[in-house]
Amino acid sequence: MSDEYDNNKSYQAQSSETMGGSAPASPDMDYVRPAETPDQELYHGHSFITKWVFCQDAKVIGVQYFLTAVFTGIVGLILSWLMRLQLGFPGAAGFMTAEHYYQFVTMHGMIMVVYFLTALFLGGFGNYLIPLMVGARDMVFPYVNMISFWMFFIAVAVLMASFFVPGGPTGAGWTLYPPQTILPGTPGAGMGILLMLVSLSLFVIGFTMGGLNYLITILQARTRGMTLMRMPLTVWGIFTATVLAMLAFPALLVSAIMMTLDKILGTSFFMPTILQAGEVLEYGGGSPILFQHLFWFFGHPEVYIVALPAFGIVSDLISVHSRKNIFGYRMMVWAIVGIGALSFFVWAHHMYVSGMNPWFGFFFATTTLIIAVPTAMKVYNWILTLWRGNIRLNTVMLWCLGFIVTFVNGGITGIFLGNVSVDVPLSDTYFVIAHFHMVMGIAPLMVIMGAVYHWFPLVSGKFLDEKLGKWHFWLTFLGAYSIYFPMHYLGFIGVPRRYFEMYDSPYMTSAVGMNEFISMAAFIVGAAQFILIYNIIRTLKVGKKAGQNPWKANSLEWLTSTVPPEHGNFGERLPVVHRWPYDFSVPGAKDDFITQTTPPSEVVHTEVEKT
Amino acid sequence: MSDPQIEGLQLKPGFKGMSEDTGSDQTMFKGVHWGKAMMWIFLLSDTFVFSCFLISYMKGRGSTLVDWPYPSEVFALHVGGVSVPLLLIAIMTFVLITSSGTMALAVKYGYEKNRKMCGWLVLATALGGLTFVGMQAFEWTKLIEEGVRPWENPFGAAQFGSFFFMITGFHGTHVSIGVIFLFIYAYKVFAGHYENGGKRGWFTTMKGDYVEIEILGLYWHFVDLVWVFIFAFFYLW
Repeated sequence: MSDEYDNNKSYQAQSSETMGGSAPASPDMDYVRPAETPDQELYHGHSFITKWVFCQDAKVIGVQYFLTAVFTGIVGLILSWLMRLQLGFPGAAGFMTAEHYYQFVTMHGMIMVVYFLTALFLGGFGNYLIPLMVGARDMVFPYVNMISFWMFFIAVAVLMASFFVPGGPTGAGWTLYPPQTILPGTPGAGMGILLMLVSLSLFVIGFTMGGLNYLITILQARTRGMTLMRMPLTVWGIFTATVLAMLAFPALLVSAIMMTLDKILGTSFFMPTILQAGEVLEYGGGSPILFQHLFWFFGHPEVYIVALPAFGIVSDLISVHSRKNIFGYRMMVWAIVGIGALSFFVWAHHMYVSGMNPWFGFFFATTTLIIAVPTAMKVYNWILTLWRGNIRLNTVMLWCLGFIVTFVNGGITGIFLGNVSVDVPLSDTYFVIAHFHMVMGIAPLMVIMGAVYHWFPLVSGKFLDEKLGKWHFWLTFLGAYSIYFPMHYLGFIGVPRRYFEMYDSPYMTSAVGMNEFISMAAFIVGAAQFILIYNIIRTLKVGKKAGQNPWKANSLEWLTSTVPPEHGNFGERLPVVHRWPYDFSVPGAKDDFITQTTPPSEVVHTEVEKT
Repeated sequence: MSDPQIEGLQLKPGFKGMSEDTGSDQTMFKGVHWGKAMMWIFLLSDTFVFSCFLISYMKGRGSTLVDWPYPSEVFALHVGGVSVPLLLIAIMTFVLITSSGTMALAVKYGYEKNRKMCGWLVLATALGGLTFVGMQAFEWTKLIEEGVRPWENPFGAAQFGSFFFMITGFHGTHVSIGVIFLFIYAYKVFAGHYENGGKRGWFTTMKGDYVEIEILGLYWHFVDLVWVFIFAFFYLW
C-alpha cells in the first residue's frame, strides 16, 4: 500500500497543490506532468473561402453561429412586434388575419427557443469559448465542426423558406401538437409544416456534429494541468447542456420523422380517427399523446439546454466583476449536473391537462419541485459571491444582476405551475407566457447580453461603449419587466394565450389598457436591442482599445498570445494550468487576481485555494 | 489492444482508477483516441433515437383498436409447400451477427498490423452487410406484394406497416451507411493508408491509424445490437 502512494507523488502534484501557506518555494512544486498526446495539427485556411466561409477555426465558426442565430433572433423579434401590435391594438395592422397571427406565434416560439437561444449558447459561445477556456488549439474535429455550422445554416434557410411557400409557415404553435398540425384548417398545414419538420431534423443532425465536438474537446483535449474541477463554470454549463442536447434531440428527431410520415405517406402514428366536416378521414388508430410525450421529452431538457450555459456564463461574469471567487464552486458544478440529470424526469409537467392519470401528475410535480433545490442553491451562491465583493457596477454586472432578478421571478412562478392543482386553472393563460418568458427568455437573454459586453473585447480587441450599454440595459430590463409582470395578472384573471383577439369578452374590459401598455413596452424593448447593434458597429470603428486581459480575469481565454486570438489560440506553447480560474482578491497576492497559469512557486505566501 | 502507458501517471484498475482518471488533467479516458470517444458518445445518442422509435412502437402497438398482425404468419416463408415462420429473418440475423464476428477479427488483425488479413475481413464484413440489406430489400418487396403499405395492410392494424417500414427502414439506412464506409475502409486498408505512420485523411490533418477500423467496428457492432432488439420486439413479440 505504502509504495503505491509513493509512486503517485507526481500524479498528486498535478491534481491538487499540496502546499501550505509558508512552504518554501521549490522547483518541484510547479511540476505538471507532460502532455499525453502530441500537439494538434491544424488546417490553416489561406483563401477567403477557407478562412471566413468554410472555415475550420472554432472561433470563426462560433462567430458564424452567433451571427446566424442573431439574424433569426431579429426575425423572431419582428414577429413578436407584430403579435403585440395585434394584441394591444386589434386591427391596427391591417393585413393581419388570425392565420397570420398563429403563424407568427409559432415561428416566434420555434425560432427563439431552438434557432436563436440554443444555437447562440452552444454553437456561438460554445465554439468560441470551449477551446480557449480548456486550453486547446481548436475543436477536436474542425472539419465536422465546419459541417455542423453549414447544416445549421441550411436548417435556418429551410425554416425561413417556409415564409415564402404557398400557405405560409406552420401556425400550429411551437409545440406542433397533432392532429391539428397537419390537418387542413391549420395555417401552413401543407408545405409550411413539412419545411418546419425538415428544418428541425437538419438542425438536430447539424447539432449532433457540433455537440460531439464540444464533448470530446472538453473530455479529451484539455491542456496540461486542466482538471475537470479547474474548468470555468461556463464550460461546465455548456458541457452539461450539450449532454442534455445529445440525449434529448433524438426524441425531437423521431417525432419529426414520424410526423413527416403522417403528413406525406398518410401513416397514423399520431392521428386518431377523425371526423372532419362530417366525413371520417383516412387516419385512425394513432396516439396524439405519444407525440406530446416525445415532444416534451425533448422540450423540457431543451429548457435547460438554454438555461445551463446561462448559469455557467453568469457565474463567471459575476465572479470576475465582483473580484471574488465563485461561492461554492463544487456545489455549483454538481448543481449544474444535478439539474441536467433531473431535467429528464420532469417532462410530463407540460401535460397536466392532457388527461393523464393524477398519480402520474403527482410524480412529475414531485420531480419538478425537487429540481428547484439545486436551482435555488445556485441563486444563493450567486448572491453570496456578490456579498462583500469588490463589485464593479459596469454594464456586464448590470446584466448579471438583471439575470438574477428575472430568473428568481420566473423560477418562483415555475413552482406555481409545477403543482398540478395550481397549474390546471392557470394552464394556457398569460401566466404561463409570463413564466416562461421570464425564466427562459429574458433571463438567458440578460446573460447573453452580459456575455457580449464581457467577451467583445476578446473577440474584437475593443471595449463596447459603456454609456450606450447602460441605456441598452435599463431600457431592456425595465421594459421587459413592464411586459411580463402585468402578464401574470392577465393570467390570474383568466386571459387565455394564443388568442388572436379577445373581442368583447369580460376579460378585456378590465385589461384593455394593460394590453396596450404591454405592447408599447414591447416595441420599446425591441427597439432598444438595436442600440447594441449600433454600439457594436460604432465600437468596431472608433472603440477604445482593450489590450490583453482587460477585465483582469484568470481564465485561459484572456491569456492568448494575441488579442483577438489567432488560429491555434495560444501561439508556440499551450498554457499550463496550475489552479482554478477564481483566485480573485487572494490575501497576500500582489494583484487582486492570479491567472490559471501562475505557477505555485510565484504565490507561495498567499492563501490561494487548493484546487 | 494493450493498456495505454501514460507518462507521469500510474493507471489503476477498477472504480478507483476510473475516479482518478476523471479527476486528472488533459483526458478523461486515458489513451483513448478522440475519434473513438466521439463514436461512443454518438452511439449513446443514437441509442436514444432507436429507443424512442421502439418505445413509440410499443405504445402504438399497445393502443391500437384493431388486432396486431400475427408476426410468425406475416413473416413466414413458403419453402417446398411448408410455411416456415421467421426463416428469412433467422438467416438475416445470422448473417449480420456473423459479420460482427468478422469485424471483430478485422480489428484484431488491424492492431497486429496485418494489412492483408485486416483488409479481407473488412471486405467480408461489408459483403455480409450487403447481403443483409439485399435480404431486407427482398423482405420489403414480398410484404409490399402482399399488400402491406405504411398506411394499411390486409393483416390487421394499420400501424403495423407504419412502424415496420419506418423502423426497419431507419435501421437499414444505418446498415447501408455502414456498408458504404466498410467498402471505403477496406480500400484504405489495402491501399496502406494506415501503414508507416499513416496517410492524411480527406479534409483533415489527422493521420490514418488502425484505430479507425476499431471506430468503424464500434458502429457496426452497434447496428447489429440494435437489430437484435428490433428482431426481438418486431418478430418475436
